[in-house]
Amino acid sequence: MTTHIVSVRTNVIVFLVLLILLFATIGAAHLPLGPLHLPAALVIAAAKAVLIGLFYMHVYYRHRLTWVVSIASLLWLGILLALTLSDFLSRGWLAIPGK
Amino acid sequence: MEPSTITSTDAESMTILMPQFDDLEQQQVASNLGMWMFLATEVMFFGGLIAAYVVYRALSPHEFALASRHLRLWMGCVNTVVLLGSSLAMAMAVRSAQLGRRRELIVFLLITMGLGLGFLGIKAVEYYLEYREFLIPGLNFRFPEHDAPSTDPSGLGAKRFELFFVLYFFMTGLHAFHLIVGIVLVGVMAYLVWRRWFSGGGETQIEVTGLYWHFVDVVWVFLYPLLYLIDIRS
Repeated sequence: MTTHIVSVRTNVIVFLVLLILLFATIGAAHLPLGPLHLPAALVIAAAKAVLIGLFYMHVYYRHRLTWVVSIASLLWLGILLALTLSDFLSRGWLAIPGK
Repeated sequence: MEPSTITSTDAESMTILMPQFDDLEQQQVASNLGMWMFLATEVMFFGGLIAAYVVYRALSPHEFALASRHLRLWMGCVNTVVLLGSSLAMAMAVRSAQLGRRRELIVFLLITMGLGLGFLGIKAVEYYLEYREFLIPGLNFRFPEHDAPSTDPSGLGAKRFELFFVLYFFMTGLHAFHLIVGIVLVGVMAYLVWRRWFSGGGETQIEVTGLYWHFVDVVWVFLYPLLYLIDIRS
C-alpha cells in the first residue's frame, strides 16, 4: 500500500504552528485593525484549517479525489453564503412599490 | 506475547480484502473517500447555522460585538489548545496504527478521548457561568443592564443581542454533540483494537475515525474567532 506515514516531527511542528496561529488570532483581535478584524480572523482560521487538513487529515499525501471532495464541500458552502448574503444585503437597495 | 513492532507489510498481509475491491489500496481509498463525502455533508450541516450567523452579524454588527464580550475569551482559548492537543494525539494514533504498534495506538486513543472530555468539561463550566448570568435564551435570558445605554433593551437591537446567544448555544451545542459522538467512536475503536477485532490492526478504521475527529477540530477553529473574538476593541 502507498500509505504515507507522517513523522512525529511533522505532527509536532504542525501542532506548534497551530498554537502560534491561535495566539496570533487573539493578538489580531486586540490590535487596532478597524474593519479588517473579520478578514484577519478568517484568514488565520483558514490557515489553521488548511494545516489540519493537509497534514492531520492527510490530504497532502492523498488521492486527488480527496482533494476534489474537500474543496467541493467548501465550494458549496461558499455558494450558500454568497447567495444568501447577496439577498439579505441588497434588500434595501431598490425601492419596490408596495413592499 | 506479540512482538512490540510489526512492520507495515506484515500488518497489511493480514488485512481482509472484501470481494468488491480490486486490491487493498482501492479498499482503503474507498473507505477514506466515503468519510470525506460524509464530512462534505457535515460542512453543509454546520453551514446552515453559519449562514444564519453571517446574515445576522452583517445586519447587526454592533449587537453581536456587544454580546460577544459576555463570552469568556480565555476559557475558549484554553479549550482551543485542548482540542488542538487532542488532534495531535489523534494524528499520533493514526501513525501508530499505520506502524502496527497496538499498545501505543491504544494509549494515544485514550489521550485523545481524555482531551475531548476535558474540552466538554470546560465547555460545561462555561455554560453554567452563562446560566448564572442569565444569558440562555428560552431558559432565563435577561438583557444585561450595563449594555442598555448602547442598545435599546426593548428594541430590535436587544432581540439581535439575544439572537447572538441563540446562535452561540446552537453552534457550540452542535459542535459539543459532534465531540461526544467522536469520543464514543474513539472509545469503541480503542476497545476493538484492544480486543484485536480488526484484520490487519485497523489501520484504515483508525484513519477514518481520525478524519472525523480532525473535522470537529476544524469546526471549532472557525467557531472560536467567530463567536469569542468579535471587535474586542470597539
